[in-house]
Amino acid sequence: MRRTLFESLTHRPLTEAPPRIGDKVLGELASRFDRAARRWLGRSLSIREVDAGSCNGCELEINALNNAFYDLERFGLRFVASPRHADVLLVTGPVTKNMREALERTYNATPDPKWVVAVGDCAFDGGIFAGSYAVTGGVSNVVPVDLHVRGCPPSPNEILKGLIALLEQASKKAGIP
Amino acid sequence: MPAIIDTIQGRRAEDHRPWPRLIVTPDTWRKVAEEIAAGNATLLGLWGDAAASCTVHMAFIERDSNNIAVVSLECPDETFPSVGALHPPAIRLERAIHSLYGVVPVGAPDQRPWLDLGFWGVQHPLGARTPTPDVRPAYPFLPVEGESLHQIPVGPVHAGIIEPGHFRFTASGETVVRLEERLGYTHKGIESLMAGALIERAARLAARTSGDSTVAYGIAFAHAVEAALQMKAPPRAQYLRALMAELERLANHFGDIDAICNDASFSLMHAHCGILRELVLRAAETCFGHRLMMDRVIPGGVATDLHHDGVMFLKNALQHFRRRFPRLVELYDNTASLQDRTASTGIVGVELARQFGAPGYVGRASGRDFDARKTPGYAPYDEVDFAVPVLTAGDVNARIWVRIREVEQSLALIEQLIERLPNGSIATALAGGAGEGLGFAESFRGDVLVSVRLDGARIVCCHLRDPSWFQWPLLEAAIEGNIVADFPLCNKSFNCSYSGHDL
Repeated sequence: MRRTLFESLTHRPLTEAPPRIGDKVLGELASRFDRAARRWLGRSLSIREVDAGSCNGCELEINALNNAFYDLERFGLRFVASPRHADVLLVTGPVTKNMREALERTYNATPDPKWVVAVGDCAFDGGIFAGSYAVTGGVSNVVPVDLHVRGCPPSPNEILKGLIALLEQASKKAGIP
Repeated sequence: MPAIIDTIQGRRAEDHRPWPRLIVTPDTWRKVAEEIAAGNATLLGLWGDAAASCTVHMAFIERDSNNIAVVSLECPDETFPSVGALHPPAIRLERAIHSLYGVVPVGAPDQRPWLDLGFWGVQHPLGARTPTPDVRPAYPFLPVEGESLHQIPVGPVHAGIIEPGHFRFTASGETVVRLEERLGYTHKGIESLMAGALIERAARLAARTSGDSTVAYGIAFAHAVEAALQMKAPPRAQYLRALMAELERLANHFGDIDAICNDASFSLMHAHCGILRELVLRAAETCFGHRLMMDRVIPGGVATDLHHDGVMFLKNALQHFRRRFPRLVELYDNTASLQDRTASTGIVGVELARQFGAPGYVGRASGRDFDARKTPGYAPYDEVDFAVPVLTAGDVNARIWVRIREVEQSLALIEQLIERLPNGSIATALAGGAGEGLGFAESFRGDVLVSVRLDGARIVCCHLRDPSWFQWPLLEAAIEGNIVADFPLCNKSFNCSYSGHDL
C-alpha cells in the first residue's frame, strides 16, 4: 500500500486538468462551469440520480464521472444519497410504469429550486422501448424536464456538458447576467 | 444412466437448432422436472410463449453428458404442472410466466405476481390482456415471526447510482433474519417489443436488455439467430466478438472489484480499479468506436472492424494492466481491515449454488465450474487456452478472487485473440427463412440464454434469460445471519442485473 500511495504522491494526477492542452472539451467545460456555477450556486450543486428503468448503460457512464479522469467533485458537483439534499435530479430510462410513482415521489421530495436532467435516448422519448405497455415513454411525461442529454448512453463528457448547460439556463431564468 | 433426452418421449420440433426441442405431455413435463429436482440436470430457463397457442418451454442441461434440450408443453387450458413445486429455482420464473402470460403453474408454492406491480393498466400483457383492477391489491411479503424483529424497507430508489428494486429486510438487532426481494421496477416489456420486430431492431433491443452485458447479449442473440438460419459468422467476426466480450468482462470485473472495496470504504482500491475500468472503456472506444461496444455485434457477424491501430493500442493497454493490476491484488490481499469485511461474509453454500445452477462468479465462488464458453462452448473459445477459476468458500472474498483470476484469464485471452486474429470479412448477410434457435454467451455475470423463433426477416418471439434469475434468490440466502451493514458488500459481490432480470 505504501508504494501505491507514495507513487500517487510523486506522479502527476490522472485527472484531466481543465486547462490541459490537447483536451479542449474538458478544458472548455471547466472554465465555463466555473463562471456559471459560482454566479448561481456558489460552486456547488448536489445531484440525485434516479434510474427510472434504464438498461443500466447510463448508470455506468454516470458512475464514471466519479473516476480519477473526470473527477466530478472538483467542479463542485457531487452525488447525494437523498433527494432531500439534491438540487438536480439526473433521471435515466424510459420511465417504466412500475417506476412512475417512485419518480414522482422522488421529485416531490426534492426541495425547490430544483432541476431535472434527463439522461439518455430513452429518457428523452422512451427510445427503443417507446410503445411498450410497460413504459410511459420519456421523463417529461412524468416530471418537468429542464434539459435532455441525448446518447445511448451519452459519454461522461456529454453528461458533464449537459450539467453545465443546465447551470447556464438556470442562471438565465433567474435573470442573472 | 441413460441420457434424460433419450428417455423422454415427445414430438420433435423440426426447425429448432442446434439442440433438440421436444413437445411433450404433462406427465413427461413433470418427469423432466423431477430429474432436474433430483440433480440429474440443471435448469437453464423456463419461459412462456404467446405466439404458439399458449406454450411453456423449459431448457435444461444434463449433469453427466452436458446434453442440452428444450421441452415444450402446450397448455390449451392455460395451466401447466408447476416445476417450482419440485424445484425452488423455478418459482420466480413461473410467477413471471403467470404474470406475463396468464398461464397458471398448478401446484406452485408461491402464487404471488412477479414483475407485475399493478401499474401496467393490463394484466397478463403477453396473454389475455385483461384490464388491471381499479384497486391495486397490497403485495403480501412473506411473514416473519418472532420477538424483537424489525423491518427495514429499502428502495426502489436506492442511495447510490444503481438500478431500482425493493428489498425488505427483517432484522433482529443488527442481524438480518430474512431478506425478501421485490423486483420488476425496470420491466420494459422487451419480449412484447421483440414480437414482430425486424431482426436488426431486435438485435438492438437485445443489446439493451442489460447495458453492462451488451456485448454478451449481442453474441447470445446472434448465436440464436444464426442457429435458426443455419449459418455462421465469419471467423474474423467470431474473434472480434470474443475480443469485445473479454474487454467487457475486464471493464465489469474492474468496476466490481472497485465497487465492492468502496462499499468497505477502502477508497484506494476504488480509485485505482476505477482508473483501470476507464482505460478499458477508452480502449473499447478506440478499437470499436463505442465505450460499451453497443450494437457492435450483429447477427451474421460484427458491425465494426477493429481500428487499424487497434492491435497496437490493445497491446499497450494490456502491458499497462499487467503492470498495475498485480499490485492492486497484492494490496487487496495484504489489507487485513478489508479482508475482515469480505472474508466469511455472505456465504453461498456449494449445494445451493449447484441446485440453482448459479451462473458466473456466484457459482464459481461456490464450487460450480459452469462456463458457457466451455460448455456448450462456442467459437473461437475452442481455439484459445483459458482456465475457469473455481473456489469453494462462497463468501464475498471468494467472489472477489474469482473476478481477480478471471481478469488474469481475460488478459491472456485478449493476447491470444489479437495474436491469432484471422483476416477476412466481418459479417455474412443473413439468409432468409424460418426457424428456431437457442443461443448462449458467457457474460461477465454468467451465462445468457436467448431463444428465438424467426419467420423471414422478423422475430415471431424471443426470450432472453439473464444470469441474474438464478443469482437474485441466492443473495437472499447469502445475507441471512449477516449484519445489515454487510448487505452492500454482499449485493455488490453479486452485482445482479435488475434490468436483465426485469426485462
